[in-house]
Amino acid sequence: MNLTLKVWRQKNSKEAGNFSTYQVNDITPDMSFLELFDVLNERLIAKGEEPVAFDHDCREGICGMCSMFINGRAHGPWQGTTTCQLHMRAFNDGDTIVVEPWRAAGFPVLKDLVVDRSAFDRVIAAGGFVSANTGNAQDANCLPVPKPDADDAFAAAACIGCGACVAACKNSSAMLFVSAKVSQLALLPQGQVERESRALNMVKQMDEEGFGSCTLTGSCEAACPKEISLENIARLNREYLMANLKKGLF
Amino acid sequence: MSNFLSSSIGKKTVMALTGLFLCVFLVEHLYGNLLLYANDGGAAFIEYSHTLVHSILIRSIEVVLFIAIIVHVVQAVYLTKQNSDARPVKYSVNKVNETSTWFSRNMGITGSFILFFIVVHLYHYFVPYRIMDTVGGPGQINVAQAVKIGLQDPVYAGFYFFSVCLLAFHLNHGFQGAFQTLGLSNKRYAPFLKMAGTGFAVLMFVGFASFPVLFYFGLAGGTF
Ligand code: HEM
Ligand code: SF4
Ligand code: FES
Repeated sequence: MNLTLKVWRQKNSKEAGNFSTYQVNDITPDMSFLELFDVLNERLIAKGEEPVAFDHDCREGICGMCSMFINGRAHGPWQGTTTCQLHMRAFNDGDTIVVEPWRAAGFPVLKDLVVDRSAFDRVIAAGGFVSANTGNAQDANCLPVPKPDADDAFAAAACIGCGACVAACKNSSAMLFVSAKVSQLALLPQGQVERESRALNMVKQMDEEGFGSCTLTGSCEAACPKEISLENIARLNREYLMANLKKGLF
Repeated sequence: MSNFLSSSIGKKTVMALTGLFLCVFLVEHLYGNLLLYANDGGAAFIEYSHTLVHSILIRSIEVVLFIAIIVHVVQAVYLTKQNSDARPVKYSVNKVNETSTWFSRNMGITGSFILFFIVVHLYHYFVPYRIMDTVGGPGQINVAQAVKIGLQDPVYAGFYFFSVCLLAFHLNHGFQGAFQTLGLSNKRYAPFLKMAGTGFAVLMFVGFASFPVLFYFGLAGGTF
């Protein structure tokens, strides 16, 4: 396959960026999208040019590092897929592919396609944990968890913190991420002790990081590689409201 | 301001509550307007508007209504600004239309137009009837006639019809969204809420759009 790539190039977080166009020939349909960038970068280095900086780690869809906004979609055109799991057979010979970094006030661009997602770490640090020492693994029967709750918690825990939800949302809202993290703990017995403070503190941090609010467009759910459900956002709204009611609204 | 009301979720909760209150008002308003079709020379409609004006309860609810609109609009402006600031550099290619509906992305636009309509609508009916006293008194046209005259103007009838379309678009997304915002939704309820929202929007559209259509084409109001 021969492709034309329009890639966002930006020296650092201070300078303005712009698109560079690269002709990349002899790409095979079974390469992953990141391998396309490996090939591009090898060729750039051979020519003495600066390679494109992009984030990646596991390359198997579980770490959430590979943030790329491809042809107007977070992680590209495939449903429930990270960039590393997107393969070139998703495109046609002769295509022009536009690749941009996540764009959000909460995710400043560090270089080219690399953004700083430490805002998510700070949201987690604000309450996305269980501080009670849970000791050794319990006998399963000691901690009864209803099967539907276990299933919902498990589904929410699948969130890999990739930020595609923020990238895809017209408001750059982090509600899907935060709701997944709040839900996975709110549904399980271990999460009960800090249930209210968790919702309060994580939402506070989310707002402080400059993410937008939720207009329920559903773009996040559609873009999420782990197909985290919008229902988690309703749960977060509920948790947050209940926590505030208990604390006192005024 | 408390943390709740200044938080993003708190603001949305206020929007949802005021929005749902406005939805209840729409139903009430539609009921009143439907009395125009009673074929009784406008008597039922006139009687109804008279009752509204002279009930302390209704007058108090009217104050709440104005406050609700103002609060809804203020929060809308604030949230829309905040949401737009959350992405200072826009994407050059963004296929957001593949992942969300037009209705959901344009609540600010449909809402702003509704606000414009509300202002014009109040100027047209509320001001002459309730403030200037140029409608409804002895020797003046009555409220039913005022409606008829207004809607026989093609510009106003067209504007009214168009506004009702945008209101329906606003409701199509807003109604179900309010339940999600209030945390009253889950995987099982969501599809029903969506259907209910669209149903409510269609109902309001058919109801309110009937007035400009029927009055403009002379199919209603023959008795006054
Ligand atoms: C009869 C009039 C109106 C009704 C019944 C109504 C109803 C609603 C409802 C139910 C919602 C959903 C709340 C939620 O998502 O939780 C909503 C959202 C919204 N409304 Fe209205 N509304 C009306 C007028 C207006 C006006 C005049 C504006 C003016 C700008 C406006 C702007 C908005 C915006 C921007 C949102 C979305 C907020 C967001 O999700 O970010 N609405 N409306
Ligand atoms: S909710 Fe989905 S899109 Fe958002 S960070 Fe988690 S895995 Fe990524
Ligand atoms: S590189 Fe780990 S998810 Fe893509």
